[in-house]
Amino acid sequence: MIEDMSLLSIITFLPLFGAACILLLVRGTEAEVAANSRWVALWTSGVTFALSLLVWAGFDPARADFQFVERFEWVPGYNIAYHMGIDGISLFFVLLSTFLTPLCVLASWEAIKTRVREYMVAFLVLETMMVGMFCALDYVLFYVFFEGVLIPMFLIIGVWGGPRRIYAAFKFFLYTLLGSVLMLLALLAMYLHAGTTDVPTLMVTTFPESMQIWLFLALLASFAVKVPMWPVHTWLPDAHVEAPTAGSVILAGVLLKMGAYGFLRFSVPMLPQATADMAGVIFVLSIIAVIYTSLVALAQQDMKKLIAYSSVAHMGFVTAGIFAMTQQAVEGAIFQMLSHGIVSAALFLCVGVVYDRLHTRDIDRYGGLATNMPKYALVFMLFMMASVGLPGTSGFVGEFLVMVGVFQVNTVVTLFIATGVILGAVYMLFLYRRVVFGKLEKADVKAMLDLSPREMAIFAPLVLVVLWMGLYPSTFLEPMHASVDNLITSYQAALAAGADGVAVAAR
Amino acid sequence: MTELPSILPALPELVLALLAIALLMYGVFARTDRTTACTWAAVYGLGLAGILLFLEAGSRVEGFYGQFVADDFTRFAKLLIVAAAAVVLLMARRWMETEGIQRFEFPVLMLLSVIGMMLMVSANDLIGMYLGLELQSLALYVMATIQRDNVRATEAGLKYFVLGALASGILLYGASLVYGFAGTTSFTGIQTAVADGEAPMGVVIGLVFVVCGLAFKVSAAPFHMWTPDVYEGAPTPVTALFAVAPKVAALALFLRVAMEPFGALTAEWQQVVAIIAVLSMIVGGFAAIAQENIKRLMAYSSIGHMGYALVGLAAGSAEGVRGVLIYLAIYLFMNLGTFAIILAMRQQNRPVEGIKDLAGLGRTRPVMALSMGVFMFSMAGIPPLAGFFAKFYVFMAAVEAGLVWLAVIGVLTSVVSAFYYLRIVKVMYFDEPLESLDPIASPTLRVVMGASALVVTFFFMAPGWLVGGAEIAAAALVAG
Repeated sequence: MIEDMSLLSIITFLPLFGAACILLLVRGTEAEVAANSRWVALWTSGVTFALSLLVWAGFDPARADFQFVERFEWVPGYNIAYHMGIDGISLFFVLLSTFLTPLCVLASWEAIKTRVREYMVAFLVLETMMVGMFCALDYVLFYVFFEGVLIPMFLIIGVWGGPRRIYAAFKFFLYTLLGSVLMLLALLAMYLHAGTTDVPTLMVTTFPESMQIWLFLALLASFAVKVPMWPVHTWLPDAHVEAPTAGSVILAGVLLKMGAYGFLRFSVPMLPQATADMAGVIFVLSIIAVIYTSLVALAQQDMKKLIAYSSVAHMGFVTAGIFAMTQQAVEGAIFQMLSHGIVSAALFLCVGVVYDRLHTRDIDRYGGLATNMPKYALVFMLFMMASVGLPGTSGFVGEFLVMVGVFQVNTVVTLFIATGVILGAVYMLFLYRRVVFGKLEKADVKAMLDLSPREMAIFAPLVLVVLWMGLYPSTFLEPMHASVDNLITSYQAALAAGADGVAVAAR
Repeated sequence: MTELPSILPALPELVLALLAIALLMYGVFARTDRTTACTWAAVYGLGLAGILLFLEAGSRVEGFYGQFVADDFTRFAKLLIVAAAAVVLLMARRWMETEGIQRFEFPVLMLLSVIGMMLMVSANDLIGMYLGLELQSLALYVMATIQRDNVRATEAGLKYFVLGALASGILLYGASLVYGFAGTTSFTGIQTAVADGEAPMGVVIGLVFVVCGLAFKVSAAPFHMWTPDVYEGAPTPVTALFAVAPKVAALALFLRVAMEPFGALTAEWQQVVAIIAVLSMIVGGFAAIAQENIKRLMAYSSIGHMGYALVGLAAGSAEGVRGVLIYLAIYLFMNLGTFAIILAMRQQNRPVEGIKDLAGLGRTRPVMALSMGVFMFSMAGIPPLAGFFAKFYVFMAAVEAGLVWLAVIGVLTSVVSAFYYLRIVKVMYFDEPLESLDPIASPTLRVVMGASALVVTFFFMAPGWLVGGAEIAAAALVAG
C-alpha cells in the first residue's frame, strides 16, 4: 500500500512546497516573518522526516531491486524520464538527509538573525535537491539535483557565512562545477551509447572498455571533488570554516556523501572494468587522504577546520572501502558514510554551540569547559569518541568493516589506513583536551552557560542514533545486504564476462 | 505566358511591410506626436504576423520564383523574432518617454528591421539573403543612434555602421565568389552544384568569406569587436533588441546556409565554425570577468552564448540544429528577462548601468534580485534552470558528432563564465546596499521580468513543447 503513494516524490518536493509557502504566504513585521519562517521550516522538515520513516517501514530488505519506483516520461521521445526509486544503498541516505534538516533548522533558530526567511527557503530547497538526488533513477534527473544543490549552498555560505565567505562560496561553487561539467559530458556519451539515461538500464549496459576509462575519469572528476578526495579537497576546509553552523552540518553530513554515492551508483556498476583498473589509483589517493589530511588536521588552530580535515580523512576510508568491492568493505563504506554523516554533523553542532557563545573558533581561546559546561563536555566527548572509532559507537562499526573488507583484497592498504585510525585518535583527543580540559582561566569562557534545552533537543536524537548504530548495527546493515550483494555479484559477473571477451578475442 | 510570383508564403512579411509604410506616412503627416499610437499599431502588427506564422502550413513552400522559402524551420525562427521584437517595443515605450527620445520612427524602424530579419530567415538565394541582411542592418544602424544627441550612442551607431558595412562587403565578396564558381545564386542550385562533396576551390573560399560575414552578424569571435561598444552605447531598449532578435535571425540564416546549400561541404565549414565557436566561448568567458558596466557584460555574455549555439551548428546534424534552436529560444527568455531588469535599473529616476549599482538588491528589491539571480544562474547553465537544458542539447549534438574536444572546451569555458554570472549574484546578495534602486515603475517590465523568470525556472517541468517544436523545425531544415 505504501508503495503506491508516490512517497518518494512527496518527500522530495514537500520541502519545496514549504519553501513556496514561506515565500508566498508569510507576511508581517520582520520579527513575525522570522518566527513564522522558522516554524514553517521546522514543521515541513519534521513532517518530511516522518514520511521518510514510512519509507523505511515499507522497505523490503529482502529485495535487491529498486523499490517505491515512480516513473513517467519527462522529455517525450528521448528516453529521459522522471524516474525515482530507492534500494538498500540509497535508503539511509534519504533518511540521513531528512533527519539532519530539521536539526539544522533548530540549530539555526537563534544563530541566524538576518534574512531568516531567505535562509529557511534556501535550506528547504537544499533538502529537496539532496533527497531528490538520492532517489533519482535517471541520470539526467540525478544530474539536475546533483548540480542544483550548488545554488542554495552557494547562497547559504555567501550570505550567512563568516568573514571570508565570498571567497569560500566562489571556491566551493566553481570547484564543484568544474568537476560536474565533465560528468555531464560522460552522461551525454553514455546516453548516446545506450540510448537512455535510465539508471537500471545503464547498469546492465556494457560499455566498451576503451570508453569506460574515459567515462570513469570524467565521473571521477566530479565525484572526487564532491567526496572530496585528495588532492581536490581544498575547497572543503574553506567552505566549512566560512559556512554557518547548519551549513557545515549539511556539507559534512550529506553533501560529502553525494560523491561516494555517485561512485556506488554510477562508476562501479556501470563501468566495472574501469573500476577494476583504477582501483589501485583510488587506493593510493585514499591512503594519502587518510594519512596526510590527518596530519594536517593535527596542526589546525581552528576547530571547524580541524573537523573539516578529519572529514577528508574519514572519506578516505569510504573510497578505499568502495573500491575494495567486497561485501564487508562496501557495507562498511556505506555505514561509515552514515556514521560520519551523523558524527561530523554533531561535531559541527558542538563547535556551533561554543561559537554562538564566544564567537570564535580558535582552539586556544577555550579551555576548561568541563568545569562550567559538564553536559556539553559529555556530549562532545561522545561524538569525539565516535569520530575516533571507539567500540560501541557508530564510528567503530564502519571503520572496522572497511578494514576487514579491504584486508581481504590488499593488506598493505589496510595497514596504511589503519594508521589513520591512530592519527584520528591523536588529533581528536588533542582537540578535546585543549578545549574541554585544562584550567578554566579566561573570564569570558567562565561566563559561558551549559547547553540550553533547545540545544539538548538537537543533540538527543544524534546521541541516540550514534549509540544505536554502534550497539546494534544490524538495523542499518540488514537492508543493505541484498542490494550490496547484488552490486558485487553483477560487478564480478561483468569482470568475468570482460575477461572472457578478452580471452576470446586473443584466441 | 509569365506567371505572377507566388507571394502568399511571405504573407506575414507583406503585412508588416505594408504596416511599416502606413505607419511612416501616418507619423510624418500627423500634426501631433503619434509615437504611442505607432508603437501599439506595430505591436499589434507583430502580433498579427505571429498569428499568421502560427497558422501557416508546416510543409515547405517556395515563393518569388524560389527566392523565398517558408517551412517549419522559418516559422520557428520567425516566431522567436516577432515575439522578441514585440516585447522589446513594449518595454521600450516608457523608457523612451522618460528619456525624452520617443519618436514614431522607432517602431517603424523596428518593423523594418524585423522584416529584414524574417527575409534573412526565409532566404533561399544569395541575393535574397543579402537584401534581408542589409534591410535589417540599416534599420538597426539608425536605431542604435536614435538618441542622436548622445555622443556615446552616435559613436556606437557609427562604429556599428562602418564595421557592419565591412562585414557586409566581405559577405558579398564571398557570395560573388560562390556565384562565380557555382554558376548560380540560388541555394537549391548551389546545393546541386556541390552535391557530390567536391567543390571548386573558389566556392570553398567564397564559403569561408560568407561564414566570416555571418559570424560578424552573430557577433562571434574573432568578429566580435563591435559588440561591447555598441551594446554599451546604444539606448538600452535597442541593446535589448540587439541581444536577441538579430542573433536569432543571423543564426537561422547561418544554419540554413551551412546545412542546405553547403550541406555537402560539412567537412569544409565544420572546422571554421568550430574554431569560431571556441574563440567566442573563450572571449565571452574571460573578457566579461573585468567588466563594470552591465550592458558591456551582457555583450560579452552574448558572445559566449553565440559560441555555445555555434557548437550545435558545428555538429552539422539534425540534433545540432535542434540544439541551436532550443538554445536560441531559451536564450531569448533569459535575455529579455535580464534586459527588463536592466531597463528597470534607475536611481532617483535616472538610469544606471553599473554592476555595483545592484549592490544589496537582495535586501532592497527582493523580487527583482531573485529574478536576476534566476537569470544569472540559468545563463551559467546550472540545473534545474532552463539555461542548463540549452547547453545540454548542444553539447549532446557535439558529442554525438564526435566533437568531444569541442564539448570539453565548451563545458570548461562555461565554468569560467559561471564566475562572472556568480559575481552579479554576489553583488546582489552578499554585498551591503549602497543606494537603493527605484521600484519598477513600468508594469510591462514587471510582467516581462516575472514571466521570463517563471519560464526559466519551471522549464524543466515540461520541456516537451520546446524540444518537440525545435525537433520539427530542425527536421524541416535538414531533410529539405
